[in-house]
This record gives sequence, C-alpha cells and structure tokens, in this order.
Amino acid sequence: MPIRQDVEGEIAALPAHAKPPMRELGRRSEAANHPFHGFAQADSHDRVAATVAAFHRAPLALVGKVGRREEVVAACDGAAALGITIGMAATHARALVSDLDIRPSEMEADAAMLDQLALRAVRRWSPIAAATPPDGLWLDLTGCAHLHGGEERFCRRLRAFCQRAGFTARVAVADTPGAAHAIARFGPADIAIVPTGRTVDALSGLPVAALRLAGTALVAARKFGFERVADLLPVARGPLARRLGLAAITRLDQALGAVAEPITPRTDEVMPVVERRLLEPIVTADAIAQVMEDLLGDMAELLRAKGLGVRSLRLGGLRVDGTEQVVAVGTSRPTREVSHLLRLMKLRIELIDPGLGLEQFYLAAPHTEPLDAVDLGAVLAGEVLVRDPARLVDVVAGRIGADAVFRIAPVESHVPERAVMRADPVVAPAGWPKWRRPTRLLARPEPLWGVIALMPDQPPRRFEWRGRPHKVVAGDGPERIHGEWWRRDAEVWAVRDYYRVEDETGGRYWVFRRGDGFVEDTGDLSWWMHGVFA
Amino acid sequence: MITAFESLPTTIAHLRTIATPVVDHRIMPFGIPALDDRLASRGLRAGALHEVAAQSCSMVDDAAATLFLAGIAAREAAHAGGPVLWVSCRNDLYAPGLEQAGLSSADLIHAQPRDDAALLAVVEDAVRDGTPSAVIAEVSRMSMVATRRLQLVAADADIPVLILRRRRNRDQDPLAEPSAAWTRWRIASASSERLGVAGVGRSRWQVEVARQRGGEAFSMILEGCDETGCLAVPAALGHRAAETAGPARYAAA
Repeated sequence: MPIRQDVEGEIAALPAHAKPPMRELGRRSEAANHPFHGFAQADSHDRVAATVAAFHRAPLALVGKVGRREEVVAACDGAAALGITIGMAATHARALVSDLDIRPSEMEADAAMLDQLALRAVRRWSPIAAATPPDGLWLDLTGCAHLHGGEERFCRRLRAFCQRAGFTARVAVADTPGAAHAIARFGPADIAIVPTGRTVDALSGLPVAALRLAGTALVAARKFGFERVADLLPVARGPLARRLGLAAITRLDQALGAVAEPITPRTDEVMPVVERRLLEPIVTADAIAQVMEDLLGDMAELLRAKGLGVRSLRLGGLRVDGTEQVVAVGTSRPTREVSHLLRLMKLRIELIDPGLGLEQFYLAAPHTEPLDAVDLGAVLAGEVLVRDPARLVDVVAGRIGADAVFRIAPVESHVPERAVMRADPVVAPAGWPKWRRPTRLLARPEPLWGVIALMPDQPPRRFEWRGRPHKVVAGDGPERIHGEWWRRDAEVWAVRDYYRVEDETGGRYWVFRRGDGFVEDTGDLSWWMHGVFA
Repeated sequence: MITAFESLPTTIAHLRTIATPVVDHRIMPFGIPALDDRLASRGLRAGALHEVAAQSCSMVDDAAATLFLAGIAAREAAHAGGPVLWVSCRNDLYAPGLEQAGLSSADLIHAQPRDDAALLAVVEDAVRDGTPSAVIAEVSRMSMVATRRLQLVAADADIPVLILRRRRNRDQDPLAEPSAAWTRWRIASASSERLGVAGVGRSRWQVEVARQRGGEAFSMILEGCDETGCLAVPAALGHRAAETAGPARYAAA
C-alpha cells in the first residue's frame, strides 16, 4: 500500500489541469479526533468564559449609507453567525435579529484611526508605510525586515500588536504591494509569506475580486466566466482589456509586478528644533535672555517657512557638568511672535539653574499647529495696539498656571449657584438673563434666625444674620425658583422664593425661603441668606 | 508802578503754569459734573493706580466697593475695547451681578493666584503686556514699594490699575497704610430712595475720596451703577418736590 505522503506528493507534482478531481482520489479513512477530546485543557475555563461572554453580548453591526440605502457595512462574528452579511439592508438585519446592536459607522473616525496606525508604522516599523483605505496598511519591508528578526517573526509580532490593540489582523508579505494586498484579504492563512518569485502561484487561486477591480470590471469578469486570477493569466491581453477595461489589466500587472506601484508613504512631521552652541559658558540671566531671543528668532523663521505656530515650546540648556536644564512654556493659541514668546520665556529664566555655566541651548516645539498669515485690519486702520485676549491669558498663565486663568460662562440653569461655570479663557462666553442678581454670592447659603415675615409671599420684616439683627425697610419679590427634578430626587418638589431686601442701614441682601408656604413638600419654610447686592 | 500792578496777574498765571506740571494724562470722566469737578484732574487718570476700600468690614460695603470698581472698568472696557482682568485670591464674585453693572462676562478674564505676592506679579505682568483695558485686583497686604511700582507701570502703559483693598482684620483701616496711589476711595452702601410702592429703589453709595493728588478729600452720596456702569447723582437731593413725595421722615432730613 503506497504511503499517503508519497501519493500526495505525486498528485501535487502534476500540472493543474492533470490533477485528479476529488472523487477520483477515492475514499480515505482517517482517524478523527474524539469530539470531546482536547477540551480539558488548562485554559479551557477561560475559553468557555469567553465563549459565554461572546454569546451574551449582543451581536454588533455597523450601518452606513451606501448610495441611497442604509446597509450593514460591518458585522461582528456573532452577528455573522446569525446570518447578518455585509451589504444587507439595515431593516432586513433588524428584522432577522431582534436584539442586534446597530450603530452608525463612522468612516472619518476609521480613517483617522488608520492614519494613526500608519503613523505608528512609520515611526516603529518601516520608514515607508501608507494607509490603504478603508482597512489596510502597506509597509515596505525592504531592508528593514532583519531589524525585526526576519519576515516571519515580524509578521507574528505585528499580529500580536494588533491583537493587543483590539484589531483582527491578517498579514501577507509578497513581492508587490498589489499581491500583498490581495493575499492579505483573500489568502487562506492569517499570516502568509510568499517567497520571492512565487507571486503568480500565490495569486492564481484567488478570486478575481482580489485584484482591486472596479465594480463594472467585476461584473464583466463574472459574465465572461473569469472566476479566479488563474483564469485571467493565459488570456491574451488585447481581448482581456476590451472585456474588462484597461484599468483591470493595470491592476493585474501591478499585482504581478509588471507595472511599478510605488507606495506614497505617510509623512511624519519632524518636530522643529533650533540649536545654538556658545563659545563660552554663560551664567547670567541677561545672557540667557539673549540666547532665548536668538533661538526664538531662528524658530520663527523655521515656523514661517512651514506655516506653523507653536502651542508649546521647550528650551533645553546643556550645562558644563553634562546635565540638562529644561523649561517649557505654552500658549493658548498658535503663535510665532518673537516678542510675545520671549516675554513668556523670560518668566522661566529664574527656574534655570546655570551651575557653572550653560554652553549649549536648543529650542524645540513639541506642539505646533497650522498658522497662516493673519489679517492686520486694526493695524492698517491706524490702531497701534492689538488687544488679543489670548496674549494676556498666556502671560498670566505663564505666571500662575493655566488652571488659574478662566472666564465665567453661563449654564442654562435657574438655580443661582449652578448658573455659572469656569470656562476656557480665550473663548468669549454669552450672557445671562436680566434678573436682578447680587454682586457677591455666598458659596453656601447661610441660615437666618428670628425671621418675621408675612406668609405666603411677603419679604421678611426682620431677620438675624451672623448674630446681628436687621430691620427691613423695603423688599422686592418673590422670584420663585423651582428645583431641578432631573438632577436629584430631593429637588422634585423643592421651591425657593428669593427676595431682595434692604435694611435700615442701607444694606441690600438676597434672601430666600425654602418652600412656597402652601405645600409642605416644597420646603421647610426656613430662611437663608444667599448674597449681597451693592 | 502801575505797569507792575497790571502785569502782576499775568505773572501769577505764568508762575502757576510753570509750577503745575503739564497735564496731558488721559482722563476717565465719571460723566457726573458734581463728582468730576471736585476731582483734581476732572475725572480719574487712566494711567494710574486707584485704591478703593470698603467703609466697614461688612459684606454689604464690600459689595458696593466691588461694583464701584466694576463700573469704572466697564466704562473703560467699552471705551478701549479690550478685556478687563480681575485678579483675586478668592472666588465669590457672581458674574451675572457684574454683568448688570455693565461688565459682561465676555469682557472679563479672571485670574486666581495663590497669594498676594503672586497676585501683584500677575497685575504687573498684565499691565506691562498692554492687552487689558483695565486691571482690578483684590489685595489685603500691599507695601508702599509695591504700590509705587504698580503706579509707575500703570503710568507707563496708560492702563488703569484698580485695587480693592481688603481688610486684614475687623478694626484695621486699609487706607491707613501709606500708598503711592493716585486716588484713594472709601465706599459704603447707603439707604436707597424709598419708592411710592413696595420695593427697593436704585442702590445708593456713600462715596468718599480719602485722598487725591492735587485735590481735597470730599464725600458725597451717589446712585450705583446702571447697566453701562455709569453712576448718577440722586435726583431727590436736588429737588425739593421729589423729597416731599417720599415719606415724611425723608422730607425732614
């Protein structure tokens, strides 16, 4: 009886057309594994748990607009197992699986994420890397595979990285970008490495769709009976081009390497850095300020050429003893104005410890943003001073920290202490409604004692606050403010009646009573001081 | 002899012009002749340090002093078109209330340093920067040197620096300490006009100029800020008819 490996070897050696079909190979009896054998492994518990968790998680599908209809553009494994396919109408998917978790697909976010991956690839793996939307990356491994321990090892590491990052990845290494693109998507294995010169063999078995053909070309290919790439190879180019279009031929040639397809790499912006080396070490503040000004001038030139403005700057000084002194400043808007940046930098001079002297300085801009030419309307109109709040914010924030500079912005709430919030100091906020409000508000309302007031809607006649009695001579109110029931259960019925009262010495106060005086749930009728008017 | 007598007045006028320094300061007038005429420069000098303190340690007078400064800054912000920087170590200002005195939240940037030393540094930086139309600072401890420094910086940048002097304790008068401020004010809240109906009238303040350069100290009662930060002279003080319309005890006063 011939050994099975030998027979298989002989069959594999035959040309493709001479290979016997499956039924001619005859029946084989192979030892099948016991269905429950191999389950009792160390990690079986985890695996079962994962399976159960996957089972209990609702199947997820992303829906996007394709043409004029809502289609499923991506589905998880669980959803696919339930019969959700890509390209299915969203309503159909909903009807098939009632608890399907349908979310809108965000193409821009996907593209941004892919771009971030490409940037990482440029930084970590290969200098030439590009994103191939919607779902792929091209890395040119030429000359850098050995840095990662060879192609196979690199593929495994890449796949492990993607797994850690939460992606399902398939990696293919081939001679041409087109072939790698095809094999990664339509190849049999998650990691495929095509040896040099075997591209045609690797591609032959793949469907025609692997060649990145346009929709019309795919339809034409199906019409003419081209199923696999192998079907295209023996056909004469002229008739093929007339049937599928010239673009399809180009794609085929790109995959086979007959036509070059260069990868346009994702460019990694280099951080602008300028440097000055000094003839002699310096120690004085004046000298350091001079170096700062020179460096900022260089930096401004560099940034102007690139059309950038800095949001943060880092100045490093190398001391003669080999240590480094680093100070940093930030701005609230991109800028490259030397005088402004110099003023911010000078605030940091006292933080630099020159020791025995500083002999080399560098200035780096870790955070830059595009800054085009700005209009000088006010200046051309004859105004000398341009009042830019962002500059003031930078100056103050440079002294006491960015958290200590703020504006007060309105919040849509009638409850006085909730109507204000701290906001970004650069953005001008809107205003408040024109209700009378005090100049200073107590952080917490303070209780009033000995209050005499006519119920239900008269201001108090007298009250005691902070141990002193006040006799009220005039009062306005009430201004009724209801609790915000959507925030807390305790506020569902709560009511505050605010009064503006003046006492006999001319003090004007903002007091309120809890409760409307009719319904007990609205409050306990206690009086509180909440602020003072001027 | 006769010619000498005739030339005497001109000589005195001439001497006076020599003796008084050339005044070309920018002035922020209050827009009230009764107040502006009694100030030496017919208004507040823009590029100068002005100190304001509450008459007593009560929160009411403090609020009046706060809003007095807010009104000055609001009018200056509307005139100069820049933001107002309000520097304070504590944070109990209520922005909707300030907005009703003309200082809207879009014109106001707050800074909250940790202590008075940082506060003075922030004020000086901001004035040197030249961006703010006015700087308001709430200070409790401030040396003579610091006031002189701020006065020089303010004069340089032509930006008003308005200081609200807080009391360190109950009995201490913040204006008792020496200062290089151009004017020093004491503000207290006063009883408002009694209206014919129930309700509180427009607020009134007792405004006292404790010290001003080249002028006398004086005190008067003014009506508080309106929506544009402008003060006013109480109508009832000038018109007997208005007085008699009020309750009897005010007519007698």
